[in-house]
Amino acid sequence: MGPETNILEMRGITKAFPGVIANEGIDLDVRYGEVHTLLGENGAGKSTLVKILFGLYQADEGSILLRGEPIAVGSPSEAIASKIGMIHQHFMLVPTLTVAENVALGTASTRRPFTDLDVVSRRVSEISEEHGLAVDPSVEVRRLAVGERQRVEIIKALYRDAELLVLDEPTAVLTPGEVDDLFVILRRMADAGRGLIFISHKLREVMSLSDRITILRNGKVVGTTTPDETSREELAQMMVGRAVRLTPEKPDMDVGPARLEVESLTIHGDRETVAVNDISFEVRSGEILGIAGVSGNGQRELAEAIAGLRVGEPGGSIRLDGVEVTDKDTRSRRDRGLGFIPEERMRDGAIAEFTVSENMVLVDHASRQFTSRGMLAFDAIRRHSRKLVDDFAVKTPGIETPTSSLSGGNIQKVILARELSASPTVLLACQPTRGVDIGAAEYIHTRLIEQRNLGTATILISEDLDEVMGLADRIAVMYEGEIVAVLPAEGATREGIGLLMAGVVEPTAQTVG
Amino acid sequence: MGDFFTLSVLVATAASAIRLATPYLLASLGETIGQRSGVLNLGVDGVMLLSAFFSYWTVLGTGNLWLAVLVGLVVGLAMGVLYGVITVRLSATQGISGIGIFIFGLGLSDLLFRQLVGTPKPVRRLPNVDVPILSDIPHLGEALFQRNLLTYLAFLLVPATALLLSRTTFGLNIRSVGENPQAADSLGVSVERTRFVAILIGNAMAGLAGAALVLQLGIFQPNLTQGLGFIAVALVYFGAWRPVGVMGGALLYGLVNATVLQWKALGIIPVSGSDLANMAPAVLTILALIVLARRVHAPAALTKPFTRH
Repeated sequence: MGPETNILEMRGITKAFPGVIANEGIDLDVRYGEVHTLLGENGAGKSTLVKILFGLYQADEGSILLRGEPIAVGSPSEAIASKIGMIHQHFMLVPTLTVAENVALGTASTRRPFTDLDVVSRRVSEISEEHGLAVDPSVEVRRLAVGERQRVEIIKALYRDAELLVLDEPTAVLTPGEVDDLFVILRRMADAGRGLIFISHKLREVMSLSDRITILRNGKVVGTTTPDETSREELAQMMVGRAVRLTPEKPDMDVGPARLEVESLTIHGDRETVAVNDISFEVRSGEILGIAGVSGNGQRELAEAIAGLRVGEPGGSIRLDGVEVTDKDTRSRRDRGLGFIPEERMRDGAIAEFTVSENMVLVDHASRQFTSRGMLAFDAIRRHSRKLVDDFAVKTPGIETPTSSLSGGNIQKVILARELSASPTVLLACQPTRGVDIGAAEYIHTRLIEQRNLGTATILISEDLDEVMGLADRIAVMYEGEIVAVLPAEGATREGIGLLMAGVVEPTAQTVG
Repeated sequence: MGDFFTLSVLVATAASAIRLATPYLLASLGETIGQRSGVLNLGVDGVMLLSAFFSYWTVLGTGNLWLAVLVGLVVGLAMGVLYGVITVRLSATQGISGIGIFIFGLGLSDLLFRQLVGTPKPVRRLPNVDVPILSDIPHLGEALFQRNLLTYLAFLLVPATALLLSRTTFGLNIRSVGENPQAADSLGVSVERTRFVAILIGNAMAGLAGAALVLQLGIFQPNLTQGLGFIAVALVYFGAWRPVGVMGGALLYGLVNATVLQWKALGIIPVSGSDLANMAPAVLTILALIVLARRVHAPAALTKPFTRH
């Protein structure tokens, strides 16, 4: 491999932050025309590495060679000038500006000091045509759907003639169909000779798109491999550092009586539109009902209505253990045995500034167990918290540690511990492993299945299709506020569910449950 | 009441409305540019007081009106540097920093006035300049085109500001750092520099506003502005962060002020109700903000200091 085949070589990159070495002697090379994946858990050092490449951080040690020439990237504008493009995980778009204005931002105009948006628009249209990235340059970005916004991001990079393109978890917000389209575009860009760095922790995507995969763990390179030489299981093991079970073991269970019954529930969303339209279902003791769907199809509103955070339209009904709770508040629903793992864990699930111990008793702090004559009984609270930290393997320096200093996976374990320790009869789990490391996700999955085996009726809302298919006994697919199908998990296929999620109803695959 | 609806009184009222609108307009346009870049400056009133004092003192000493206008502008720029360092370089909280600038300007202008001048002495005012041909239009010409040069400048700055914001690359930078500074930063647009320059322009215009106020009145006294700079900040919201909207607000404000003055002069408002009538502009602002506040979109990054993650 001579240097002429590599568009990028990063040599011995080291970067330390106070208290943590984010990158330690990392070597990475990217060839012309390849998709090179950086795979690793949160905190493995992927983002730090590409931020150094893009000039957002400066490395403490190491060198970067671009097209064989050593370069120093001091700022994003220098990176852009060196034809390095970056698609950030959170879109770097100005919603109130048009597509053309977003593309033109930061570039030189031919009519200084005025903008030359007509010239930009023409070039945007050319790029759209050439790469199959349909988008109207004159539309304000806030009117675009998520998939379209991502196209704008790619156009921005292409407009700047990026030859080396970094994509930081670009699929996180896309539907399965949009992911397929994106991969076609990315492959075409690589075939045209560009070098692509793809950052992801979704193993299935990594296996399907990559030419080579470099795995990072704790700031170091664990190895570089190709999809042909490896498997999802092996990749997971390299990421985590131990064997990981990707599909949890799930014994057969006899289902019991219905614990949660939802009937004719209609819910209005934040913008006065109908978010959930007349849906009915039930969840039985000892089963997990998975709700699959692309984000924004009513799952959030449905979860909030079940939890008591959002009021449904008159006529609908929610029953817990046969008791009507439709008009009851969250407290009485919890008293009826509802446990709730919310989607926004730092907003609705825990208070970041509180200690681990305080978050552990956030729901029950006023119960007789944790109070004595109206005062908090700290001994009891500490004992309880210490036990939960042990039982749920929460990695924390102590129970008095501020929750905000824990990793996402451990914060989720704190919430899980609090909710499961109340022995819920119905558990509502929303995106329980989103943004959580594989190791912690595996643990959370195991606990959810254990809870099911204990007879809890679980409703699992997730955008991660692998998670739904691995955990659920039955799968309900939501599309535009309706449950378009309920299928037994056994025999369900990714393709079939993917089509249902996109609103394509296959009559043969549909059973009414 | 009948006295008011005579042609000459109406023309005089309109002329006075435009004159009174001038300092509001200059200050609000400047504040608009700052806010579109994501920086709220509540210190406008303090900046105006300081520049008004220095303008006044310059005329008092030299008799040179244009030197006085220049001094007002330079004082505004200097305060802009101060505010830029505090809010952009040091990332201080904008709300409280602006209040600090206001109190500083109020106190210092008061102190300097007492030390350097003592008792108010009238000075030359900005002369009215007739625009050729246009000023000969009956009535309309008298109201609109026989005004002072700072008034003409203020109204010319309306399309200039609109053009700056919507048609120039610097305006695109301003709008982007006011909405999503992370995005601008990722494209190599310097958030710090863009905001700093926007603050300088805004404060320079506040300085001009102070000069216009004092040179139209021809006299200075402590707290000359009486909160005018705060109204100018409110007019930015009133005008939905658009120069033309801001102009509408400034004109409306000038008109209400001028009408109250005229009615007092004509005895339509009794002397006993005079203080009450002085509240009219403030009441109007509050009402307008209540009605308009719902439908406008403020720059998303307004008041948020930028730091790289």
